[in-house]
Order: sequence, then structure tokens, then C-alpha cells
Amino acid sequence: MIATNALTKRYGRLLVVDQIDLDVREGDRYGFLGPNGSGKTTVVRMLLGLVYATSGEIQVMGKPVPKQVADVLPSIGSLVEGPSAYGHLSGRANLALIDAAGTASRRTRQHRIADTLDRVGLGGIDNRPVKRYSLGMRQRLGLAAALLRTPKLLILDEPTNGLDPQGIREIRDLLIELNQAGTTVFLSSHQLTEVEQLCTRVGIVNQGRLVEQDELAALRALTGRAIVHTPDVDKAKELLDGRVELTEVDRLLVRDTDTALLNAQLVAGGVRVTEISAERRSLEDVVLAVTGSGSDRVDRPVSRGRPPAPAPGDDSDVLGQGKMAGEEQP
Amino acid sequence: MIRVELVKLVRRPRSWVSIVLLCGLPVVVAVFVAVTHIAPPPGQGPALLSEVLSSGTLYPAAALAIVLPIFLPVAVAVVAGDAIAGEASAGTLRYLLARPVGRSRLLVAKLVTLIVYTLSAVLLVAGTAYLTGIILFGSKPIAATPGGLTTSNIASAATSLSGTAMSPTDIALRTIGAISFIAVSMLGVGAIALFLSTISDSARGAALGALAALISREVLVTLNAASTVDPYLPTRYWLAWVDFFRDPIVWRNIERGFAVQAVYVVVFLGAAWAHFATKDVTS
Repeated sequence: MIATNALTKRYGRLLVVDQIDLDVREGDRYGFLGPNGSGKTTVVRMLLGLVYATSGEIQVMGKPVPKQVADVLPSIGSLVEGPSAYGHLSGRANLALIDAAGTASRRTRQHRIADTLDRVGLGGIDNRPVKRYSLGMRQRLGLAAALLRTPKLLILDEPTNGLDPQGIREIRDLLIELNQAGTTVFLSSHQLTEVEQLCTRVGIVNQGRLVEQDELAALRALTGRAIVHTPDVDKAKELLDGRVELTEVDRLLVRDTDTALLNAQLVAGGVRVTEISAERRSLEDVVLAVTGSGSDRVDRPVSRGRPPAPAPGDDSDVLGQGKMAGEEQP
Repeated sequence: MIRVELVKLVRRPRSWVSIVLLCGLPVVVAVFVAVTHIAPPPGQGPALLSEVLSSGTLYPAAALAIVLPIFLPVAVAVVAGDAIAGEASAGTLRYLLARPVGRSRLLVAKLVTLIVYTLSAVLLVAGTAYLTGIILFGSKPIAATPGGLTTSNIASAATSLSGTAMSPTDIALRTIGAISFIAVSMLGVGAIALFLSTISDSARGAALGALAALISREVLVTLNAASTVDPYLPTRYWLAWVDFFRDPIVWRNIERGFAVQAVYVVVFLGAAWAHFATKDVTS
């Protein structure tokens, strides 16, 4: 669907995107992750022919971009850096205008607009001008504009910005539904939970370079440890002597590769187990391992010899139960 | 795309407010002149205003003289400056281009819209001024019957700046000439603003930049040292449309005015296209 080869963008002397080889396959729900200012949006803009690459090649749906981008854009829905609309017009009028600007059929327009508004949860919207919409409503309207032509490829930049938890859930379900109906979804985000819950493949970009690109399941590999919750910590420690790496009040981290066997062993030894699971690397671990802090953080120059402090930026708080993410994700 | 842009123009409250203001000012002036019967003495004040008292049919030309120096260029510069920069700062430019709308196509649509706006503004000003003129100053010379003009009509017929009488058709033709000249002059301003609009992401910046380019002539014109460049400045021949109301029409400055504006339009539209077609859209 999307393939780039050594894609590079410079603004003057500033290298924003550095030799990126994206590989998004048909049917993927691809999560494009990275700290703020890592070049995500510039890549998205290059995919859509808005920004021209300094060097490298882009192919979207088999066509070279930006040379033949006009051929593929009609089957791409996009949301780049937030929605935007003409504030003095209603949502419907906005959709009608943006649709008339493109190549879509005029005959089906009203029908498609009504349909799409239903899909994004704005079916009953009145004629108030968009400037009186809330942030979440604007976001839904932006999504509606992207979905207006039932695209084969959706390129979305932070699509759940400004939505409440219900809204986020709705949009996620909608994207999964569209994906199952054959739409490839390319989602650029710094929200780890969003990507972890939605995507099947992940690309991680840091300071303009693609530092990781793989199936989400492969990235979230087992760590070779199990997490055991038990009221009988001391007893368990005795039983598993030497294999326990970390002990907390009611929790143990055990070096282990077969959780079922470990469970049987504990129960046989008289240890009550409230919860047991194989530890997986969380997406947060993966991302923090390969990226630095975003460009929105500007530290003082650090004196030599001292390692830079781990700087989670604004991405780390989103993965509440990351360490314990043993359950399967949808 | 042209249709979309025209819809946007029509549905934008600003378009109408600006046109109403443009049309309103000459009406206000006409009311003052009609009530007091004090017209500026010939040669002072807006061109032709002193002749209006003798016939309302001349008022469209006088109205254009009132709005031409400042108000019309401001309105045109605001609309043209908004063309690309306004879309950029509203964030809609990226969605238009991704729809897709070709960049050249978008620019052409913006240009056509600008021309439509300029022509409508000029025509509406002329139209309302014509009605105002007829109502407030009368239309005696137009009262031609199939039998021919009466003597009183000839006596009170409108006079050209050169003092000879003008027939209603004559005035209409001269007014059409003046309107097209003014429209083309405004297009020159529009082209400069449109070019700046592709460079800046601020619609106001682009409009003010274009106005600054016009105003700079007022500085240069006072300098004898700058007299060599004066004939090439965009506003140099703006007032030449008055020559349509001389008898016979003095074509020299009118022709030069058209030529200078044509050069500005071609150069700045070319620059706008060259820049916009290759620019990174990061707004």
C-alpha cells in the first residue's frame, strides 16, 4: 500500500526525515509511532504530496508520489494535524464543499454525507456553524471528511485527539470495522495505548529515522519472566529459590518460560496464587528503548560522563497497566 | 473547483459586508451633495463630483472616483490576500490539495473568483450609484422621447470635462470603459496580493503587503530622483480612467495604464504560480 525508499527531507540544514523505508501492506492497521517532532507529520505530508521529498522514493498504491499522486488521492482519506473546516458554514455544508472540490460523484453526495455523518456519530447534527462545534465534534467532522469517499487507504494523524474515552472507543471500533471491510489504516500517533489497542503493525520513528518496524505481536515478545500475585510471598520465594528476580508486597517476578508448569508447581507447594501471567514487553518498553525524548523537551547541555536522564516526555503516562499487559488485545 | 470557490465567496459574510460598505459610501456622499447642493468646485475633490449636480447619470463615474483611491484596493487586497494564505491559516489548504485539487487549478479558481469579486464590486458600486444619482439628481438628459431630444434636455445635458455635451449612450459607453479600466487596475493589486498570499501564511500580511506596495508610490512620487521609475509603478495611471470623460477621449494614459497593469498581472501571477506549484505545504 505504502512503500518508501530512503525517504529524506531537509529544511535548509535541518534533517527532518532521514532515509525512511516504510512498508505498509494491504489490510494493515499500521501504527506510526514517535515522539513529538520526530518527523511523523512530515512523512505523512510527503505521502499525500503536500511536502516534496528532498530525496528518496514514495509509492502509494503502486503509484509514484508526488508524480502521480492525483491518481491515488481520490481513494485516500486523510486527517493531517487535526481537522479543519470553514468556521462560518455548517458541518454538512463543509462536507459538501470539500467533496465538490474533489472528483467524487455529485449525484450520490447528499446520500454519502448523511451516511458518513451517521458513521462518525454526527447524524443528528443541526445547522450550527462549525465554529460553534466542540473539539470532539470537529474531530468527528474531520473523520467524516476522510471517510466521505469510502477510501481504500486511511492516513490519520492523531485521529482521537480531543475525544473522550467513549469517543475514542467508538472511533477505534469504527476503524477496526472499516479495516475488516478492506480499508488499510495508517495511523500516526504518539498515543501508545491507541496504537497498542488498534494496530497490527508498528513503525517507530525517532529523530527522523525509522528505528523499528514489525508486527505488534512480535515486538511485544515474552520476556522469559512470569508475574505471580500471591498472598504467600515468602513461601513462594522459598519454593522458587534463586528464580525470583523481584519481590513486592504481594507480587513476584519469576524467571520462567512455562507459566502453566510454574503455576502447578506453586499450587503443589501450597502457595495460593491469585493471578499469574507471562510477562510481555509492553509497547512502552519497546518505544522507550528505541527513542529519545521528543523535540518539545529542551534540556540544558549535560556535563560529560553523566548519562542523560531517561526522559519519558509526555508519552509515558498513557500506558497505565503496561507492565502487566499479559491479556490479549483486540 | 471554480464553482466551489464561487460558492465560498458568496457564502462568506465578509464579501457582502465589504460590497455593502463600498456601495454605501458614495450614497452617503450623494445625499450630502444633494441636500446641501454644495459640490466641490471643478478640479477639486473626487473627479466628476462637481458635474453630478447637472445630471445623475454621471454619478456612477463619480462614485468610482470616490472608492478608487483607497476603499476598492483595500477590499480587493483583502480578498486576494486571503486566497491561499486564508486557506493555509484555517488549515483547509491541506485538505483541498489532498482531495485532490491540483495546485494550478486551485490558483486559477482563486483568480477567477477574485475577478468575479472585483467586477461585481465595481458594477454594484456603479449600479447603486446610478440609482442614487437618478433619484437625487434627476435624469433629465435620458428623457429622450422617440420624437427626439427637447431643447431643454440639450441645455441641461451632462457635460464632459472638456465642456461639450454628452448623450446618455455616450455616457454609458464612457462609463463602461472606465469600469473596465478600473477593474483591470484592481486586478493589478489583486495579483500582487495573490502572490504574497502564496508566500505568507497570514492573509492580513498578504493584504497589507500589497497595499504597502501601492502606498510606496505616494512616497516616491514626491521625489524628483525617483521620477524615472514613476511611469512603471502600479498606481501611476490609476486615475487615467477620467480621460474617458474628456472629449475627445484622451487615449494615451489609458493605453499606458492598461499596459502597466497587464505587466503587473502577468509577472505577479506567474510568480504566484511558480512559487505555489513547488512549495511545501506545511500549514
